[in-house]
Amino acid sequence: MLAYVLRRIFQSLIVLLAVGFVAFAMFSFVGDPVDNMLGQERTQADIDRLREQLGLDQPFIVQYWRFLEQAAQGNFGLSYRQGRPVSEIIAERLPATIELAFVSGFLAFVGGVGLGVFTAIRRHGVLPSFIMTASLIGVSLPTFLIGILLIYIFSVEFGWLPSFGRGEVVDLGGWTTGFLTASGLKALILPAITLGLYQMTLIMRLVRTEMLEVLRMDYIRFARARGLTEKTINFRHALKNTLVPVITITGLQLGSIIAFAIITETVFQWPGVGLLFINAVQFVDIPVMAAYLMMISVMFVGINLIVDILYFAIDPRLRIERSVGGH
Amino acid sequence: MVQPVLSIKSLVVEIPTRKGVLRPVDRVSYDIFPGEILGIVGESGAGKSMTGNAVIGLLERPAHIVSGDILLSGNPIHNLSASEFRKIRGKKIGMIFQDPLTSLNPLLTVGEQLVETIIEHLAVSKKQAQERAIAALEEVGIPAARERIGSYPHQFSGGMRQRVVIALALCAEPDLVIADEPTTALDVSVQAQIIALLKRLCRERGVGVMLVTHDMGVIAEAADRVAVMYAGRLAELGAVRDVLSDPKHPYTYGLMGSTPLASRGLKRLNQIPGSMPRLGALPEGCAFSPRCEFAQEVCKTGSSPFIANVDAQAACWFPLPHTKSRSSK
Ligand SMILES: Nc1ncnc2c1ncn2[C@@H]1O[C@H](COP(=O)(O)OP(=O)(O)OP(=O)(O)O)[C@@H](O)[C@H]1O
Ligand code: SF4
Ligand SMILES: [Mg+2]
Repeated sequence: MLAYVLRRIFQSLIVLLAVGFVAFAMFSFVGDPVDNMLGQERTQADIDRLREQLGLDQPFIVQYWRFLEQAAQGNFGLSYRQGRPVSEIIAERLPATIELAFVSGFLAFVGGVGLGVFTAIRRHGVLPSFIMTASLIGVSLPTFLIGILLIYIFSVEFGWLPSFGRGEVVDLGGWTTGFLTASGLKALILPAITLGLYQMTLIMRLVRTEMLEVLRMDYIRFARARGLTEKTINFRHALKNTLVPVITITGLQLGSIIAFAIITETVFQWPGVGLLFINAVQFVDIPVMAAYLMMISVMFVGINLIVDILYFAIDPRLRIERSVGGH
Repeated sequence: MVQPVLSIKSLVVEIPTRKGVLRPVDRVSYDIFPGEILGIVGESGAGKSMTGNAVIGLLERPAHIVSGDILLSGNPIHNLSASEFRKIRGKKIGMIFQDPLTSLNPLLTVGEQLVETIIEHLAVSKKQAQERAIAALEEVGIPAARERIGSYPHQFSGGMRQRVVIALALCAEPDLVIADEPTTALDVSVQAQIIALLKRLCRERGVGVMLVTHDMGVIAEAADRVAVMYAGRLAELGAVRDVLSDPKHPYTYGLMGSTPLASRGLKRLNQIPGSMPRLGALPEGCAFSPRCEFAQEVCKTGSSPFIANVDAQAACWFPLPHTKSRSSK
């Protein structure tokens, strides 16, 4: 078990090093930050001083190492555009993205598993068929279109929900939350649905397919032959076996929610890191872009790791074989 | 007279299909008495599993019972509601499946699966159920049952898993056990052990056993009586001794020709030419007539022979005389 986890952590580190290299390479090859930061009236002395300040006069490998060293401490230097530490800017923006991702991930998981199980158990019927058809639409519509549609219906036509921003937020010592005010909660609804809908339909279809597969297994027939109730069979025997394969993909889906948030945040002008990134791209603000890239990859790798360990905890077969096999 | 645990009377199961109605079980009747093993043999597709599934109420749609009676210890069960039937399953009728590798839930320990079954059917506490589960494992010959109760199915060998399956089928003390090819998926070396175990439990507990198998050797070894099925119908029914040494139905006769039973003095005579007809294309009259070397005109045109209407051991208009006299010809 420990060996397996260590191996996975080692693999994760390799991935992060590779991403770090890409992020770092952006510094060296995309644009000249000095150009961006200094105005038209600059002297060579200004330029040299700034290059030295930013460490741009060092050899490539030294710069890469310093970059990694700094990145590991969450230090990505100064934003070219705002002139403030990137870590500070990200820390300001992160709560908005995390709250949005959390709510939509929760919606996607609970709704996806719930509807998936429902449509698998009730295979025939008007409501399940309707849900299946609707889910096809959910999968095929692009996220920004769903967002715009929702804005059109609920903000423009009915005027029930805000179409942009986070509403009022409360500052809890460095963490701004929209959970505590009515306007904050209202502002969350549309972006969360927009961001979570695609994931929800994917999870739902996956759960349904898996569950139907599991319900055909011999051990389900045997459970029936032992006189267990349908409830026990569906939720104790079938659901658990369904969730084993579902959990990996679901975990990755939840990870991708944060990445997908870029589109949703742009549509709803949601002040999170995704919007920050889009703006950074427009201004070629390399430190912000690099920091975002690193952050997202750390999250992906982290979620992956957690999912693997979870998988391990659920499936006794893996537990035994892996620990015996020693990898 | 002792009341049979299971009494099937002229059972008919039908499957409506686009091409017409199929009858995988056609007017099958037999009894199983307490402590008795009734072997069911027949080619693949003969309707053996279908009969078993009908008895335990697990026919899969669109298959359904259209007529006949199934009595469990004298009480009709074929028209119970779904929830009433569920309470009988496991409690009055236990079932053992073919493949022990797939019949146990891989994510629950064998103890959890036993305990959930026991609690479902018997009025016991969780702690008592745990004790009963250990006793059940001990009874089917799992060594160190108390330690192994927390193990997952994959931690047992195939033969041990089938023992666990048997423990599960018997843990709520049913009167009838349906074992559908319980040894087919196992190593030859453990097959005999599992059959011996079934036989012992049947005798000790007075359970009636419906033992479905392809293996005449298993029948000879374990069964008291044997029912031979062909194309959904009962071809022959009788005490194992009689049927094996003196088959009355030409099909049974041929069937034994195709299994190695030299030890019982039955020489291999002739492979039955042809194969069992599909259910959608049964011939008129006797279903076996196209393959039967003794078929007469009446067999092909007249009404079908059924054990009830020929009133004999075999559903045949021209039952065979003694094997020995024939084989010497
Ligand atoms: N849904 C269905 N539609 C049409 N025919 C079916 C259906 N289900 C089963 N059958 C037929 O019912 C017949 C009886 O099948 P059954 O499983 O009882 O055979 P069996 O004697 O147990 O055979 P085996 O030895 O292979 O297990 C077979 O001929 C099969 O083709
Ligand atoms: S009834 Fe006729 S065809 Fe059928 S088994 Fe007997 S002899 Fe053969
Ligand atoms: Mg079968």
